[in-house]
Amino acid sequence: MTTQRTSGRRKQALAAAAVVAGLLTTAACGGGNDSGDSKSGAAGFNAANNKVAQADQVKKGGTLKFVTTQDADSWDTTRGYYGFMWDFARYYSRQLLTYKTEPGAEGAKVTPDLATDMGKVSDGGKTYTFTLRDGITWEDGKPITSKDVKYGIERVWAQDVLSGGPIYLQQMLDPKGTYKGPYKDKAADHLGLKAIDTPDDKTIVFHLPTPNSDFLQVLAMVSGSPVRQDKDTKSKYGLHPFSSGPYKFQSYSPGKNLVLVRNTSWKASSDPVRKAYPDKITLDISTNQVDSDQRLINGDYDVDASQTGLGPQGRQIALKQHKANLDNPVSGFIRYAVFPQSVKPFDNIHCRKAVIYAADHVSLQTARGGPIAGGDIGTNMLPPSVAGGEGQKYDPYQIAGANKNGNADLAKQELKACGQPNGFSTTIAVRNNKSQEVATAQSLQAALKKVGINADIYQYDGSQSPGIIGSPSNVAKKKLGIIIMGWGPDFPTVQGYGIPLWSSKYILQSGNNNYALIKDKTIDGLFDQYTQTLDEAKKAQISTEINHKVMEGAYYLPFTFEKFLNIRSSRLANVYTTDAYSGYYDFVNLGLKSTK
Amino acid sequence: MLAYLIRRLFAAAVMLVVIILVVFSIFFLVPKWAGVDIALSFVGKQADPAAVEGVREKLGLAEPIYSQVWEFFKGIFAGRTYSGGGDVTHCAAPCFGYSFKSEQAVWPVLTDRFPVTLGLALGAAVLWLVFGVAAGVLSALKRGSLWDRGAMVVALSGVSLPIYFTGLLASAIFVFGLKWFDGRYVPLSDSFSGWFGSMILPWVTLAFLYAAMYARITRATMMEILGEDYIRTARAKGLKEQVVIGKHAMRSTMTPILTMLGMDLGALIGGAILTETTFSLPGLGQAVLNAIKNQDLPIILGVTLITSLAVLIANLVVDVLYAVIDPRVRLA
Amino acid sequence: MTELSKTGAAVGEPSTASPAPSAFLEVRDLKVHFPTDDGLVKSVDGLSFQLEKGKTLGIVGESGSGKSVTSLGIMGLHTAGQYGKRKAQISGEIWLDGTELLSADPDHVRKLRGREMAMIFQDPLSALHPYYTIGAQIVEAYRIHHKVDKKTARRRAIEMLDRVGIPQPDKRVDSYPHEFSGGMRQRAMIAMSLVNNPELLIADEPTTALDVTVQAQILDLIRDLQKEFGSAVIIITHDLGVVAELADDILVMYGGRCVERGPADKVFYEPRHPYTWGLLGSMPRLDREQQDRLIPVKGSPPSLINVPSGCAFNPRCPYADVPKDNVTRTVRPELTEVGSQHWAACHMSQEQRERIWTEEIAPKL
Repeated sequence: MTTQRTSGRRKQALAAAAVVAGLLTTAACGGGNDSGDSKSGAAGFNAANNKVAQADQVKKGGTLKFVTTQDADSWDTTRGYYGFMWDFARYYSRQLLTYKTEPGAEGAKVTPDLATDMGKVSDGGKTYTFTLRDGITWEDGKPITSKDVKYGIERVWAQDVLSGGPIYLQQMLDPKGTYKGPYKDKAADHLGLKAIDTPDDKTIVFHLPTPNSDFLQVLAMVSGSPVRQDKDTKSKYGLHPFSSGPYKFQSYSPGKNLVLVRNTSWKASSDPVRKAYPDKITLDISTNQVDSDQRLINGDYDVDASQTGLGPQGRQIALKQHKANLDNPVSGFIRYAVFPQSVKPFDNIHCRKAVIYAADHVSLQTARGGPIAGGDIGTNMLPPSVAGGEGQKYDPYQIAGANKNGNADLAKQELKACGQPNGFSTTIAVRNNKSQEVATAQSLQAALKKVGINADIYQYDGSQSPGIIGSPSNVAKKKLGIIIMGWGPDFPTVQGYGIPLWSSKYILQSGNNNYALIKDKTIDGLFDQYTQTLDEAKKAQISTEINHKVMEGAYYLPFTFEKFLNIRSSRLANVYTTDAYSGYYDFVNLGLKSTK
Repeated sequence: MLAYLIRRLFAAAVMLVVIILVVFSIFFLVPKWAGVDIALSFVGKQADPAAVEGVREKLGLAEPIYSQVWEFFKGIFAGRTYSGGGDVTHCAAPCFGYSFKSEQAVWPVLTDRFPVTLGLALGAAVLWLVFGVAAGVLSALKRGSLWDRGAMVVALSGVSLPIYFTGLLASAIFVFGLKWFDGRYVPLSDSFSGWFGSMILPWVTLAFLYAAMYARITRATMMEILGEDYIRTARAKGLKEQVVIGKHAMRSTMTPILTMLGMDLGALIGGAILTETTFSLPGLGQAVLNAIKNQDLPIILGVTLITSLAVLIANLVVDVLYAVIDPRVRLA
Repeated sequence: MTELSKTGAAVGEPSTASPAPSAFLEVRDLKVHFPTDDGLVKSVDGLSFQLEKGKTLGIVGESGSGKSVTSLGIMGLHTAGQYGKRKAQISGEIWLDGTELLSADPDHVRKLRGREMAMIFQDPLSALHPYYTIGAQIVEAYRIHHKVDKKTARRRAIEMLDRVGIPQPDKRVDSYPHEFSGGMRQRAMIAMSLVNNPELLIADEPTTALDVTVQAQILDLIRDLQKEFGSAVIIITHDLGVVAELADDILVMYGGRCVERGPADKVFYEPRHPYTWGLLGSMPRLDREQQDRLIPVKGSPPSLINVPSGCAFNPRCPYADVPKDNVTRTVRPELTEVGSQHWAACHMSQEQRERIWTEEIAPKL
């Protein structure tokens, strides 16, 4: 996912005020009773991490208050790419299928939403047929039809107008881009996309040119939401999306606030997923993280919508005073360094391995913020939250084991094998606006020096990543041998995480994400095999295999399986984290203990 | 006086056109020179080349720079229509650009946020003028006294402490500690008392910084003015000391203060980012901060222009006031 | 005129033991000292004189001799607006029309300023507030002491401007000081100081900043106005020429003290102090052609912190060794009467001074 709030410079500046916050930790303690099992109090540390906290205490009604330091990129279901937007969009949008409203790994599984079931697959996995439920309505009471679903999906093709969102649906249904989107559609009903048929208002049929086992996952993304043609305001749709879910937009000022109220046309009987506990949902956009953290700690707000965790001093205060309100889930993110094979001597696997062995992994973890704020030491490249991910159990280079403080002897052996016994010189590329990444670069630089590898650090404007590290020719020209990056899954499968990173088909001249320039027929073949396998257990097995192949190629040096620290107010009930959204709380079924 | 006014107005108008040209060039030429593709920041993680081209077309980035400048100018007076990919977006006059990031015209964003910043700047200015000038005058009259030394130490700390420190300290004490204030911005249109209450802390914090500077300037100027012959004349007339200070000396002391005020107010309208961020005020500073975060060029451009305009107007007002206060200026 | 009772001055009746004098203005043993980091500056150190209504006193001396300090002392401007710790130390007595000013209530003295006693300053450009019109400044001066509306005060201002010879006074009343020429500004300044018919007018170097032709006009104006209003006038100047035709009495100051005092004729034609001789020698005279024979006073004015012992003038006096036993350097000479109402402070004998004057000095002038 692309959302990242860790604007390092700002955090640094604000951290200067940590003293102030520290002075007031006692005064700031307004969050109420901290005893873990109290009816009115907090549920306890990690009580909502992969399990449901205080589900029985939920009451219908009240106002659920979100805060965020960054507005969504767009509230248009076609255009949003921020993870929290996807999580939040379920309040006002429904999809044919959606993620289960259950904690942890179970939450990453797909379940019927607008559709009556998981669809009928035919034609060797190339055709999916869904029937819509009865009683599904728009916010004006009109029924949601299969044509609305088709139109909503067609909007993904209009990338020139509706830019910014994920385009998996287009890639799976029309990889050649023959359809030009509904706005350029000559057909009278603007429903010219051949890959989707709507024989009647209740039936929708998808025709994939090649099978893809993650198609249901992709349908469950909010970009698969229905949009009604007469309500489509095109590029301005995100200012007021027309609701198909239990809540609708009451008001929205970009960059300031968003208020959702009950959609009275929505019928609970038509929706097996959404519980719609609160009467009203507010989202305030604050620019001051210290302030919003403080308000979260005080209980003025219930949840941080952006779900990127507390800032440094908020973390300190909260861990001391309100630990029972905290969860420390694993995010889907892995932080790592990657070695472009176009830059010598990283074309040689032994030189890549030398860097992996030379690195001080504990120091890298510390640079990321330590075990709580940073995460566990990363040992491989598949997030533990993705099916097939093994976590620290798979550690081919003993990164979290014997070599966790670096192994200079092994590194030197590899250097010898690489033909560079005295080491070499290279450049580490790092985004200048992320202080933790700069810190990891410095840690790596220090560790490499011990084995004779001299690395310069090249800092660049993070917002320009697509043109700098995303351009293989630029990487080769600037000899960026080590690139520091992070990546999270768009949807929780090996395809949603790894295809752009590891598939040779995804090597692009601009905006490239396969920084290592991996062109491995085995890996490409495994991805093909994955997309054609419908059995979940087999899919997980292939995922594991892909991960092993990537690690065996030594293209990556993983730093951490990222963790973050999130706070929930003591008012919240039915709270849990879900792997569907990288360890975020599942917003759609959050409730309050008291309606006051 | 009239001739003076006309001259100043004309100069301001010319200045404005120059500012627009310069700002526009910086925003549209520099990325070009630096090889930064603005369109790239509008598309998602998987950059589809067709999408990038479409965005570029809609933003008018493909057109030559002079045509972009012309379109921009025309838009200010006649409005502007953006079209591309089958989508048409109209931006009504005065169109200061359109933000495709947040899908809104820039002008309403400015008019929505300008009052917040103006309220912040003006309210704080009243405070810092009253307290800064009063403290400065008292210090000048009682120079060398305990009051004078104390006030100048406080003033020094006010000048040297950054706003995010004093602001956070104030928030921590009065909002989170004592809970005297809610710390949330209430728009003036909602309730006057609510707005006033929500602005007290930002005003005081901001005024603290500036009052300190004004106190020092006032003190120095007042001490100099008190040595002037015309002050002796005023006393020789038999004027009460309050009148000598309050009328004769103050009027002269106000001149440099007014000059400073004009600059500060103008700068503050564009530069209240720290204060607005610290207190979460939805003003121009916050808008521009968000815009920078999102690389939302049209908003940055708009705020920059409105800020330049504010500085220009503030200086014009100061020039006029200056002429009112000091008759000698009118000849210039 | 039936203005506010000026005899209401009884409010500030002094508690001093000295009897009230009969003269309109009498200064007794006035001392004005300023403490500084370098020591005590004795700007005026024991000065006494009297002045009657309708008479003009010229106070003459170099800069730093204490003449301006004296005038500000009379006006009470050393104590008004004294900020900070370093205040002027003033002692002695200043009797104005039966009231002792130094011991009087400061607010009472303030009320006398501008009404009973007024002052004209050396540089009218800096002495007038640059931001107010001439009219506004005169109106203000008038309305401090007279409860009249602005219109009346304005009429009065125009009348005064007319009186001091400003053309088109009804228009010029709205002009700013910078719009006036130097001479006009000084006329306006005079108009302002006379607007309340003060009985004492102090003119501190009124013509120094003006060019020669204008100087004469201003002096004529002061003389005419004095006759008209019957005020007592003190003219302070470093230039004996200025007071030559104007003053009834002359007081010569040196180093904060009076060295010679007497009727103008006497001081001009029978001066009895070497410093006065020096002043006369350095005075350009229009009635003689011997400009080339100017005899300036050599050396520079004395330090007011370390005043030379004995006669303060001794380091510069060409005749310092005429008296015996080095007395000029050890004993401070007292003022002694050298003629009718004529006093001088010099160790030389009357005869010696008469001889030097008539034989050595007068022929050269």
